[in-house]
Amino acid sequence: MSVDLSRREMPRQDPKVRAKNFDEVALGYSKEDAVAEAKRCLQCKKPMCEKGCPVQVQIRDFVKLVAEEKFDEAIKKIKETNSLPAICGRVCPQEEQCEKYCVLNKKGAPIAIGRLERFVADYEQEKGVEVPKPAKKLGKKVAIIGSGPAGLTAAGDLAKLGYDVTIFEAFHEPGGVLIYGIPEFRLPKKIVKEEAHFVEQLGAEIKTNMVIGKILTVDELMKEHGYDAVFIGTGAGLPKFMGIPGENLNGVYSANEFLTRTNLMKAYKFPEADTPIKVGKSVAVVGGGNVAMDAARCALRLGADRVYIVYRRSEKEMPARLEEIENAKEEGIIFKLLTNPTRILGTEDGWVKGIECVRMELGEPDESGRRRPIPIEGSEFVLDVDIVVMAIGTSPNPLVPKTTKNLKTHGWGGIIVDEETMRTNKEGVYAGGDIVTGAATVIEAMGAGKKAAKAIHEYLKNK
Amino acid sequence: MFKITRKKELGPGVKLFDIEAPLVAKKAKPGQFVILRIRENGERIPLTIADYDPDKGTVTVIFQEVGKTTKELGKKDEGDSIADFLGPLGVPVEFLNYKRVLAVGGGVGVAPLYPKVKMLHQQGVEVISIIGAKNRDMLILEDEMRAVSDELYVCTDDGSKGHHGFVTDVLKQILEKDTDFDEVIAIGPAIMMKFVCKITKAYKVKTMVSLNPIMIDGTGMCGGCRVTVGNETKFACVDGPAFDGHLVDFDEMMRRQSIYKDEEKLALERAEGREHKCRLT
Repeated sequence: MSVDLSRREMPRQDPKVRAKNFDEVALGYSKEDAVAEAKRCLQCKKPMCEKGCPVQVQIRDFVKLVAEEKFDEAIKKIKETNSLPAICGRVCPQEEQCEKYCVLNKKGAPIAIGRLERFVADYEQEKGVEVPKPAKKLGKKVAIIGSGPAGLTAAGDLAKLGYDVTIFEAFHEPGGVLIYGIPEFRLPKKIVKEEAHFVEQLGAEIKTNMVIGKILTVDELMKEHGYDAVFIGTGAGLPKFMGIPGENLNGVYSANEFLTRTNLMKAYKFPEADTPIKVGKSVAVVGGGNVAMDAARCALRLGADRVYIVYRRSEKEMPARLEEIENAKEEGIIFKLLTNPTRILGTEDGWVKGIECVRMELGEPDESGRRRPIPIEGSEFVLDVDIVVMAIGTSPNPLVPKTTKNLKTHGWGGIIVDEETMRTNKEGVYAGGDIVTGAATVIEAMGAGKKAAKAIHEYLKNK
Repeated sequence: MFKITRKKELGPGVKLFDIEAPLVAKKAKPGQFVILRIRENGERIPLTIADYDPDKGTVTVIFQEVGKTTKELGKKDEGDSIADFLGPLGVPVEFLNYKRVLAVGGGVGVAPLYPKVKMLHQQGVEVISIIGAKNRDMLILEDEMRAVSDELYVCTDDGSKGHHGFVTDVLKQILEKDTDFDEVIAIGPAIMMKFVCKITKAYKVKTMVSLNPIMIDGTGMCGGCRVTVGNETKFACVDGPAFDGHLVDFDEMMRRQSIYKDEEKLALERAEGREHKCRLT
């Protein structure tokens, strides 16, 4: 039998239409697409794809179940190790994870594992998520700080094992970056709510409006509130700015603020929702990662006529997913590559009127292995914009590390952990996700949450 | 949900709420603030903590009805609840070995000033206070402030009570005779704090202000509250809200406070229009 190399495309909203709405861009496989795609799987004896999955989804087996149209069993198989499949199916960079290791990748047509995962997760959500049987309680309490991907994963795994799990979230809604950061058109908030709810159904309790480090400290949780272990998954929430003149002008946003207003606070529905946002006619988003793409695409949907991505290296070095770069381009985002802002120009009354940039060229590779961008002297030029969004990265939120006695951190703020167990230097305290690595991906955070849950179980089992 | 256990009107459009939030009440300290949200789709607004009672488990907030959200909040009654209440946020203020302090409060700025003065008073520090408002009806916490101050001066813009004029007039008169203060604490509208700082700088008296820029999360995440202090960018929510007033760029802060002026106006007009329609039906 010959190998089927025709990877099924997933339908997407037309770029012209979707650039004006916040509905999901990718529309998902039909049943026929899913089955046909799953049937291409070679069912390798040693499934290499699984090696690429930080949360150990049993990919080969679930794909086989999809091929056999046993969707209920397929989702059960995924959920044995992954409580957030509808989220993973949408935002995991599968091309860097499972699909990268698929043997068919060599032929340029890896199985579309992410799309299949999404298909079965959506199938289940549509028909009603099966409530798992509550686990037998072990009588031990674990506190999870932060309800982002790391926290939800750790909470789900520990609840399944029978721990009394409480998730503490500072915002008014659970989900962390999945709620405030990733836009509706890439990850509908309904999906996040449903998967967070699933973690609650597994037995975890979610407490919102709880800013740990202020209302309670990690030490108090353990000493006064009876938690036997704590997992810190508070993310990389602190926005970075460039330190160039004009960054405090009216109309300059951090990507965090721009996205939080848009996504969590639903500023795209203003005035129906109360939180406003300024978009103007012309927007420059500085940065080349997924966050920059998200901010640029939000700006377009909020009504900007022209949206630029300003990035100091070339497209090859962009950290954003290829898929997101393509989506952005299709929608009409203008890429100003090898371009670096030098200052933001303001009107007399203090509003942004332009961004001065310098052109760059690539020199020798730097410590990141990417070619270092070097300014070309005298090549300064001005882009006329009225909004600037800084999407040049974030650093770990110091609220919890600073208020936890003797917790060791790196100079840049990340919590120091043992990489196998995610254990910190403090007994019973574990950490994972962006608070440990600095800004990274949803799936890596989930992988860390999973490792920590396993290690917490080992620790508490013997305690 | 967080229950409103007490409501008191302090002046026209100036309201006091005690809100049930035991954990916040237990941890709150002078100088800190909360962020609240009334309901789904509401905006998150920061309010300074005016008082707290760990035994009753309540936190007191005082606000002036100026925009859509504060007006909506003002319509809530005792027994009603609000959706979200986050805190205590910001860095608490500390007064080490102070002997004499001059406290200046304008408008609802007297509300966050009060717990600080109260704490100083309890520490045995001599406090001279100046409080001001547009008119006598808008003046808040006069009795409370008098109870914890060694001397209290009252000012109103229209002269309906106390000194006819601004708090800065009285401040100047006092400093002209006596600059022996460990610190001036000034809380009120940005413009008031700016002019207080201008005066205290001339008399070389250290001055602490409490800033109230636009915020969303209150945990250092959005950077919307950034202010320039001594040529450095600070986030008022996690680095403040109290700063050395002589280093704050007030003009920039006032400009940034006005970013959503048009939207705020629109939201308010819409809310009031809708209300009007309701009465017709």
